[in-house]
Formats: sequence, C-alpha cells, structure tokens
Amino acid sequence: MELQTWIWLFIGLSFSLYIGIAFWSRAGSTNEFYVAGGGVHPIANGMATAADWMSAASFISMAGIISFSGYDGSVYLMGWTGGYVLLALLLAPYLRKFGKFTVPDFIGDRYYSSTARLVAVFCALLVSFTYIAGQMRGVGVVFSRYLEVDINTGVYIGMAIVLFYAVLGGMKGITYTQVAQYCVLIFAFLIPAIFISFLSTGWIIPQIGFGASNHEGVYLLEKLDGLHRELGFHTYTNGSKSTLDVFMITAALMVGTAGLPHVIVRFFTVKKVRDARKSAGWALLFIAILYTTAPAVAVFARLNLIETVSKQSYAELPQWFSKWEETGLLGFTDKNGDGIVQYVAEPQLNELTIDRDIMVLANPEIAQLPNWVIALMAAGALAAALSTAAGLLLVISSSISHDLIKGVLYPKVSERQELIAARLSATVAVVLAGYFGIHPPGFVAATVALAFGLAAASFFPAILMGIFSLKMNKEGAITGMLVGISLMLFYMTKFKFGWFGGGTSADWWWGISPEGFGSVAMVANFTVALIVAQFTPPTPATIQQLVKRNQKTLISASLFYFFHNLALIVAQFTPPTPATIQQLVKEIRKP
Amino acid sequence: MKYKINADTYWRKNLRYVIILLSIWFSVSFGFGILLADTLNSIQIGGFPLGFWFAQQGAIYVFVVLIFVYIYLMNRLDKHYTSED
Repeated sequence: MELQTWIWLFIGLSFSLYIGIAFWSRAGSTNEFYVAGGGVHPIANGMATAADWMSAASFISMAGIISFSGYDGSVYLMGWTGGYVLLALLLAPYLRKFGKFTVPDFIGDRYYSSTARLVAVFCALLVSFTYIAGQMRGVGVVFSRYLEVDINTGVYIGMAIVLFYAVLGGMKGITYTQVAQYCVLIFAFLIPAIFISFLSTGWIIPQIGFGASNHEGVYLLEKLDGLHRELGFHTYTNGSKSTLDVFMITAALMVGTAGLPHVIVRFFTVKKVRDARKSAGWALLFIAILYTTAPAVAVFARLNLIETVSKQSYAELPQWFSKWEETGLLGFTDKNGDGIVQYVAEPQLNELTIDRDIMVLANPEIAQLPNWVIALMAAGALAAALSTAAGLLLVISSSISHDLIKGVLYPKVSERQELIAARLSATVAVVLAGYFGIHPPGFVAATVALAFGLAAASFFPAILMGIFSLKMNKEGAITGMLVGISLMLFYMTKFKFGWFGGGTSADWWWGISPEGFGSVAMVANFTVALIVAQFTPPTPATIQQLVKRNQKTLISASLFYFFHNLALIVAQFTPPTPATIQQLVKEIRKP
Repeated sequence: MKYKINADTYWRKNLRYVIILLSIWFSVSFGFGILLADTLNSIQIGGFPLGFWFAQQGAIYVFVVLIFVYIYLMNRLDKHYTSED
C-alpha cells in the first residue's frame, strides 16, 4: 500500500477512537469536568499523565536534540523524569489530601488569602500559555507534514479536534482519551526503535542495543565518539556544556516538572491519597519507557546519518535525502565544488544543514523500514501533540472559571453556570492558543524552557513550604512567588529576547544559561519568602513546639532542609498562621 | 479503629523515608550523572562509559524504583497506623 494511504488509515482509526471515547465519557458536573469525578484508576491515570506530559516535543524533538548534543542532552532525560520523584514524595499525596480542584485553590486556602490565589492564577495562566503556544504550533507542523496541508490549516484542524473533546469531555473525557493516546504514541515510538536496534546490533531491546557493538564488533558509542572527533564535533559521550550549567538546567527542569499545573492537577483525579502516590509511580514508569528509548534512537540516528551522507557523493545519495531536502529541513551547499558532502563542525567548511526534528521522523526512512511503520509514527506524533494541548487547555479553563470567576469574582455562581463558564473559557483558550500557533511569537522554542523556569520559580517553593513548613505565612509566600517569577521573567527576556539591554552567553550570571536560571529564581523565592516571614508577627507556642520537634530530623537533610531550618529559627520572630489553617495542614498530614 | 502509632510518629517516619529516598535521587542524577560523570566515564560497562550511562539510562531506572519503594513503604506505614486489630 502507498505511504499516504497508510497514514490516512492510521490517523482515521486513531481519531475515531479518541472522539468515540470523548463522547462516551463526557462530563456532566464540574467535579467531572475538573477532576474526572475523582474516580480514575491509578494505572489509567498514570497513562493519561504520561500522555499529557509527553508532547510533540518529547516525541519528535527530544531524540533529535540528544542526537546532536550527546551527553548534554541528558539534562532533558534526567530533568523531565526526576521531577516525578519530587512530585510523588513531596507534593502529590498532600495536594490530593487537601481535596481541591486546582493549584491556585490550594495556594489560596493554605495561605488564607485571595491575593495569594490571584497571584497563583496569574502564574498558572502564564506558565500554561507559554507552554501551549509551542504545542499548537507543534500540532500544526505535524498535521501539515502528514496530511499534506499547510501549517495554518493544520493548526485549524488541531483546534477543532481539541475543542471538541476538551470542551465536551472536560477532564473525564480528556483522561480516557489520553489513555488511548498513550498506547498509540508509545507503540509508534518503540516499533521503529526496536527494528533499528535489531538491524544495527542484533539486540531487540534498544536500551541495550545502543551500548552494544555493531556487526564489525565495534561498540556503537566508541564508533560515534571516533566519528565525532574526526569531524571536529565534541565527543558524543562527554558533551560541551559546563558542569555547573548542566547541574542548574537539570535542577530547573526537575523542579519545573514538579511545579507545572497541568501535571499537578492530574493527582487530584484519583480517589484516595495512596492512589496519588501510585499514579505518580505509574506515570513515571510509562514515561521512562519512552525516555530510555530516546537516547538509543538518538545514537542509531546519528550513526546512520553520518555513515550515509558524510564524504559521500551528492549524486549517489539515497532517495530520502532529496525528499527531505524539498521540505527545507535538510540542505546541501557544495562550497568547494567537489560534489562530495562535507559534514564537519567548522562552519566555513560544513556543507550540510540538518533540522534536528527530522532525526526521529526520517529515521525509519533512513533505516528503510516498511511504510506502515512510517504511518504509525504519524499517528503517534499527533497523539502526543493533541494530548498535551488538551491537558493544558483544561488547566487554563479551570483557572479562569474555577479560580478566577468562582474563587474571586463571583463566589455565588451555581454549579451549572460554572460548568458553562468552564466550557466557554476552554473555547476562548483554544482560539487564543490557535492564534499563537498561527502567529508564533517568534520565540516558541525558547518559551518551552521558559515555562519550566517559571513553574520552578513560582509554584514549587510555595507548595512545598505550604506542606512542610507550618510557619510559612501569606506575606512570605506571596512575595516569594512574585520575586521568583519576576526574576525568571527578567532573566529570560533579557537573554532570550534582548530586553533590558540584552546580552550574550558571556554576560550570563555565573555562567548559568536562561534554561537553568529557574533554579536560581527558585532559591530566590525560598530565600525571600523566609526573610519576609521573619518581619511578621509571632507564632503561638504550641506551633513552635511542633516545629522544633521536626527540626532535629530536618537538620540532617539537604538544601531544602537547610532553608527550612533557617525558616524555623526565623519563625520565632514571625506572625502567626491562623489556627484554622494550622488545623488544615495537620489534617492533610494524617494518613 | 485503633492507632498503633500517633500522628507525629507517622509524620516523622514519613520524613525519614523522604530524606533517604531523595538522597538516593540526588546521588544517581546530580552525583553520578553530572558531578562525578567524568570520573565514572573511565569505567566501561559493555559499550557504555558509566557516567554517561547513569545520565541517560541509570538515573531514570532508579527514579522509577524509588517511587515504587516509597509507595510500598507508605502503604505499610498507613496499614500500621490504621490497623484494625
């Protein structure tokens, strides 16, 4: 069968499935709309979280980025998985116990202040919109590539589909659709990887295959390091970023992951507290399947590419080369006129330009896999893009209808009206996101990293201290969030968009890139929150005692606990948390 | 329902689990995968330099195990706390 026929078949089948599920599980109440009625099984919730989490960027771009940066790409692998450990151990169970719908809900109630809630709504909207702008573009790119329409038409189709099932189904519809989407995307990612691993090393498990030797008995990684040295690139297994920068970026991505509202809200959808822990475990397991395969795909693709094109005669290159050349994602300029492809690190001599995104998409073709595998990739990429966009839309709509309208503006709104408001704001959000997809703000790639930095700088400290520190008061939390998010915004806009005088990588503070700066802004958030708390009224003796008891255990621990400890000492000079709130915190700590 | 241990003990135990597991979390990723990566790379496991393997594979496997260990420990603690004998 023709490739395009296969593509239509797979996309048609998978979409009928998603829409069928959305219709069958549509939401009837606000509870179902926001948190799927709170009755999702942990394994299903884990799959949905994984699909929600893995966007077109994880599916298409990540392996490509690793392919070109080698060891440096580890920041994404560790950063985007390690955050789930923080979530499962520090946040998810307590947030579930608190029994609210959204993150601003928690922050507003825990810090007994609608100002805190408003700040949280603002941060949630900022984080979600920066994230979704990139996603809608991704949806458009994938649709346009596989349905052979232009990118804008692709965005419109994507908007229509997301609108249909996010608005109708709410969290309930989205959750069950995402379960199906996870199955499609993981299958689509694994099949080509297994094929290629087997073809190049004889191992069917890619995770083992990329550390194995090829048919000549040479280890793939050694061969790749050798080729990289020869062509003037940094060695694949060592990377080129400074250790400090790698450390900071990994930390920012981890903490950002644990602070992203569309991830956190997932743990409100399960029945019991223990299910929240379980969900995080399953989610990470399902994510890890893709994330441990990606570095293997990166190595296979990189080797295949170099071996197929480097020092080869342009006229004799295989057919896929010219096909991808037409898309503009692959380009050859014969600078020295010898008809041979020179692919080297030196920009003056290099004759080959490659867009990182094609490494995953073209990989099956480079390895000459059958057409149905390529079509499967298409369905998988679409599943990845759509599931993430839908999850984000829900966070935006609940921030508006629940946190802003019901929580702050009109607390008396009825459940029916709130549900209508939720659907309306989801619609508005889709249209806005589509607008950004069609008119990308010019810095889409940068904004994804920005979203993580913003989440790390704003939510994570506020939620963590809300659970683990009885002393943290509203003044501290609000100033902390505001300082963290402003600092992050300042640094990102300065070095990414050239505002505030701009600057180059030579001007980075302590040599830390904007991607890694979320870690610094997070520390600023913690510090400022604790200092502000110092200049506020005193705490009741009973609370101080409770805090002191915990102190001994806490001293021995790492960075967080250093700050916490500081807080406890400082806390003696600070204003009291209302008794009702203290009771509430104690309540959520109980088993 | 009788409680064998009180809420404070429960919370302290919980914190101890969290601290131990997070130390492991920190060691495999920031320790083996980043700070010590260059040193560990001199050790070769199959075709993998060890530091590189931790950064791209090992750390992720450990993360998954850590969460499931925590689930197990907390379920045990919950049972202990709320056992009905």
